[in-house]
Amino acid sequence: MSVKTYDAGVKEYREMYWTPDYVPLDSDLLACFKVTGQPGVPREEVAAAVAAESSTGTWSTVWSELLTDLEFYKGRAYRIEDVPGDKESFYAFIAYPIDLFEEGSIVNVLTSLVGNVFGFKALRHLRLEDIRFPLAYVKTCMGPPSGIQVERDKLNKYGRPLLGCTIKPKLGLSAKNYGRAVYECLRGGLDFTKDDENVNSQPFMRWQNRFEFVAEAVAAAQVETGERKGHYLNVTAPDPEQMYERAEFAKELGQPIIMHDYITGGFCANTGLAKWCRKNGMLLHIHRAMHAVIDRHPKHGIHFRVLAKCLRLSGGDHLHTGTVVGKLEGDRASTLGYVDLLRESFIPEDRSRGIFFDQDWGSMPGVFAVASGGIHVWHMPALVSIFGDDSVLQFGGGTQGHPWGNAAGAAANRVALEACVKARNEGRELERESREILTDAARHSPELAIAMETWKEIKFEFDTVDKLDAG
Amino acid sequence: MPFQNTMGDYQTRQTLETFGFLPPLTQEEVFDQIAYIIAQGWTPGIEHVHPDFAMNHYWPMWKLPFFGEVNLDHVATELEACHRAYPDHHVRLTGYDNYTQSQGASFVVFEGRR
Repeated sequence: MSVKTYDAGVKEYREMYWTPDYVPLDSDLLACFKVTGQPGVPREEVAAAVAAESSTGTWSTVWSELLTDLEFYKGRAYRIEDVPGDKESFYAFIAYPIDLFEEGSIVNVLTSLVGNVFGFKALRHLRLEDIRFPLAYVKTCMGPPSGIQVERDKLNKYGRPLLGCTIKPKLGLSAKNYGRAVYECLRGGLDFTKDDENVNSQPFMRWQNRFEFVAEAVAAAQVETGERKGHYLNVTAPDPEQMYERAEFAKELGQPIIMHDYITGGFCANTGLAKWCRKNGMLLHIHRAMHAVIDRHPKHGIHFRVLAKCLRLSGGDHLHTGTVVGKLEGDRASTLGYVDLLRESFIPEDRSRGIFFDQDWGSMPGVFAVASGGIHVWHMPALVSIFGDDSVLQFGGGTQGHPWGNAAGAAANRVALEACVKARNEGRELERESREILTDAARHSPELAIAMETWKEIKFEFDTVDKLDAG
Repeated sequence: MPFQNTMGDYQTRQTLETFGFLPPLTQEEVFDQIAYIIAQGWTPGIEHVHPDFAMNHYWPMWKLPFFGEVNLDHVATELEACHRAYPDHHVRLTGYDNYTQSQGASFVVFEGRR
């Protein structure tokens, strides 16, 4: 079959990588990029260049290409679509054969898909909007160490969202005072407290001391409330050896859950830690520091739905998703889209929520969506209605800023949460009847009444920077 | 707000998970929750335990889960019967969800005394 001859030089990418007649295989990894090319370059050429540079291609033909069958290995740009309401950009759909990627390696997938191509000169901007991971590839990844169902069973939490809070001030507390803040939140009715992502092992509070005092706080709160409790012990560390050392110590202390920052820590570390958690029966909470650097610009970078899918494959039991209603960025439809991608087993294409492909996760466990940042009791009805039961709602300032302290703040949130869940189950409309539901509940809870008074005026109504594309 | 200028003290309680922070549910409110469980297609089940063992994952089951039950009164009657048989025990109602292989709902209806 050796019919090709070597023809040195620079060819147009579209000759080889633009294949509009191609029908993607079930086993292909599919990607949708939002592409903004340099003026004057045809769309097909730019799309083909993206396909080439993120797969087998390089700028010049090389003789060793003829030693393999690049028709088998190449990525293919197979479709181009207009971006609604945007004349300068377009969507390029690219299919990659599954053999381009090492099994179970999110690192490898990202190195290819968002590697050199993002610096490519023929592009002004490039954004990875979505990836369809074929089920064949999903099955090579371990995914969440426990998943939603196992976590509920372990912690005995059913029929409602879980409640958490990040301990503040986020830096500067001594380990013993920090444990006090944890204890007060947990005895007041929270299910979880959380290390701030900035807390690792600084001079004012070394990790061993923090872990020990927190373990005592968790144990005491469990006995006094008759409920299971946990604190996300952050094991994010300067190097993997120290990360595992901290994880081991958390396990030794009998703690149920640890925490990792998956973007700053990296996918290699995260996947390793997730495997350790599966092996050791520990839950894994995932923070997403640095995501906004990558996902906020509407024309360049990686959409968070891709980072969320990558986390589900790499492994984590909780992932921060934004709140829609709080102080941090997040468009509602788009957020609901990737919340589904974290929790459901099959998610159909739905452009109105920014989902470009059907995604089949097979038997991979689901991830709890974590809503955290600038939320307080008045947001509770909306949060329960937006996020549903399989979520962790985290009120930092909204717990510890209570005039009576953490325990009362925690109780206020728990009363509000349970009142909302009860009302929802009774068939009431939470967002429309929010004031009535909360006011009724506050009659039995001075803690809630004070919280409602304290935060009645606080809203965060700025326009979203990254919106879904619409005409 | 009568309590605005006074600092209050939050007293820790045995709250026993979901709905533990609400006043005890009235009979009508329990009915609404049973109706919700059945409407979701879940199977109601009843468990009870002496308060000393409330932290155990497994509480003794009262009979078997009520598979296929659609009559709210029957479930309410069973809850009462369990409470009468074990007046000192916590009695909780669960909703088994066979799709997620989990419980869609679980809350204590009668609190036992220590």
